[in-house]
Amino acid sequence: MTVAVVCVGNRLRGDDAAGLEVARHLRGTLPEGVAITEREGEPTALIDTWEGADALWVVDAVSSGSDAGTVHRLDAGERPLPPDPFRASTHHMSLAETVELARALGRLPARTVVYGIEGASFGIGDELTPAVAAAAATVADAVREEVAECTRRP
Amino acid sequence: MSAPRTKTIRTDYLARVEGEGAMYVRIAGREVEDVKLNIYEPPRFFEAFLRGRGFTEAPDITARICGICPVAYQMSSVTAMEMACGVEVGGQLQALRRLLYCGEWIESHALHVFMLHAPDFLGYPSAIELARDNPAVVASALELKKTGNELMTVIGGREVHPINVKVGGWYRAPRARELAPLVPKLERAREIALEAVRLTSGFDFPDYEQDYELVALDHPGEYPIDRGRIVSNRGLDIAVSEYDDHFEEEHVEWSNALHSRIVERGSYLCGPLARFALAADRLSPVARDAAREAGLDPSERNPFRSIVVRSVELVYAADEALRIIAEYEEPDAPSIDVVPRAGVGYGCTEAPRGILYHRYEIDDEGTIRDAKIVPPTSQNQRTIEEDLRGVVERSLDMPDEALTIRCEQTIRNYDPCISCATHFLTLDIERR
Repeated sequence: MTVAVVCVGNRLRGDDAAGLEVARHLRGTLPEGVAITEREGEPTALIDTWEGADALWVVDAVSSGSDAGTVHRLDAGERPLPPDPFRASTHHMSLAETVELARALGRLPARTVVYGIEGASFGIGDELTPAVAAAAATVADAVREEVAECTRRP
Repeated sequence: MSAPRTKTIRTDYLARVEGEGAMYVRIAGREVEDVKLNIYEPPRFFEAFLRGRGFTEAPDITARICGICPVAYQMSSVTAMEMACGVEVGGQLQALRRLLYCGEWIESHALHVFMLHAPDFLGYPSAIELARDNPAVVASALELKKTGNELMTVIGGREVHPINVKVGGWYRAPRARELAPLVPKLERAREIALEAVRLTSGFDFPDYEQDYELVALDHPGEYPIDRGRIVSNRGLDIAVSEYDDHFEEEHVEWSNALHSRIVERGSYLCGPLARFALAADRLSPVARDAAREAGLDPSERNPFRSIVVRSVELVYAADEALRIIAEYEEPDAPSIDVVPRAGVGYGCTEAPRGILYHRYEIDDEGTIRDAKIVPPTSQNQRTIEEDLRGVVERSLDMPDEALTIRCEQTIRNYDPCISCATHFLTLDIERR
């Protein structure tokens, strides 16, 4: 069973770094062989990163109007992602679009879980909002638990 | 009931983030009254952020401005800093820079041609729907991107935001044996790119031409990428250090971005169409043949056919990368010494979407006193608006939905920083 954890974000854009903060928490705490990859969201690089994995966890910042730090958990293996909450950067497709593109190409792992952390400020040079930093720790715990459970299965 | 007299097309980038890109067109009867394009532009922040930093930090800081063209930012900044310090990087160190730049062109053009612009021509709302019906086209983009990524990783140290570039050259020069595995992949990339030229040249192109002033770099014997004077088809021929005498930027109230213009002349166009018009004879034979078979010649002025030119440039970038690798000799040292001195340096290189200008003033310690960055998208912004107006004027009888798609397709002709965001734009039409 190949498991991939992909954390998406831009460190220079405030709460957009939520996914990278999750990666920081997860480093060194996942079962051996589980790769944690940080990405900025460029779609082809994302698809390339998770291609060949059996199970995938993706973490990204979202902006859907909920309170900062709200955690969204979406099972993308079961149904298409709603396109709206995931920030598309200026050049790229959003994470939701990228996941759906991978699905259309048959390059989405059978099990795909997407975590979105609601951000409040995405300005260049902004700090991570405290509620978002706290949520990143919570999401890291959840991913760690789900990955451990997944890798324990025969 | 009378016919609607005034029609407004407004598309906003998802309102979640500060208006990163928005388009507004107002039509009254048969007249296009107003066209405004608002593109969010990060360099302003970085210009302030750079002041007080060391001159060696500029390539890594400015690379963060853009996830698609970090190499362009690095190359314009290192050449500017080297000029300020009175040194010039040549030989294999310079060839490696061009090679890295080829990787960026491959990545950026592949993404734009296949994933962002081709769906417009093939009648799909996005690459997702295109991938469902025609996965091979989108898979080609992924394969090209992967080769570009590998090139960037071998030379730049990693696939996005290369960390190996420094003022004076490189932190580490690659061994020839590290480049060798790229050869079959680049040969394959060249084949895919030739397919892309055949595919895109068969598209239906809206009937539209504009008599642009076309601006690109010019260096003897080279297709413009990493160095040269700044020239145009209307007689402009200046050193990069004269840029500020010939180009000016103005604030327009509806946009965060500054609009560039040529002093006393106005709008101009940079990017693939301009490069091809001014330097088609300097493409490699295989790219030149591909252009000819596609029916392109340097007099091409239909911006919609920029997708074909971009595909030709994909062929060239793969071909040029192969040439540089074939001629590569490991340098004795990965960089030359650069001692800071007080002065001003200018750098300009061809980002995939057009010329990117940097100017820095540094002091004796090498501390940055002032920085100016003019990205290609703000240089093209005025022309994009003019083309939108022209395209809408010729398409007034289209239903609103088709007209909006045509406007988005028009914006994507320039591969601006919002090129994909416009796939998510929502349409709002007012009638009164």
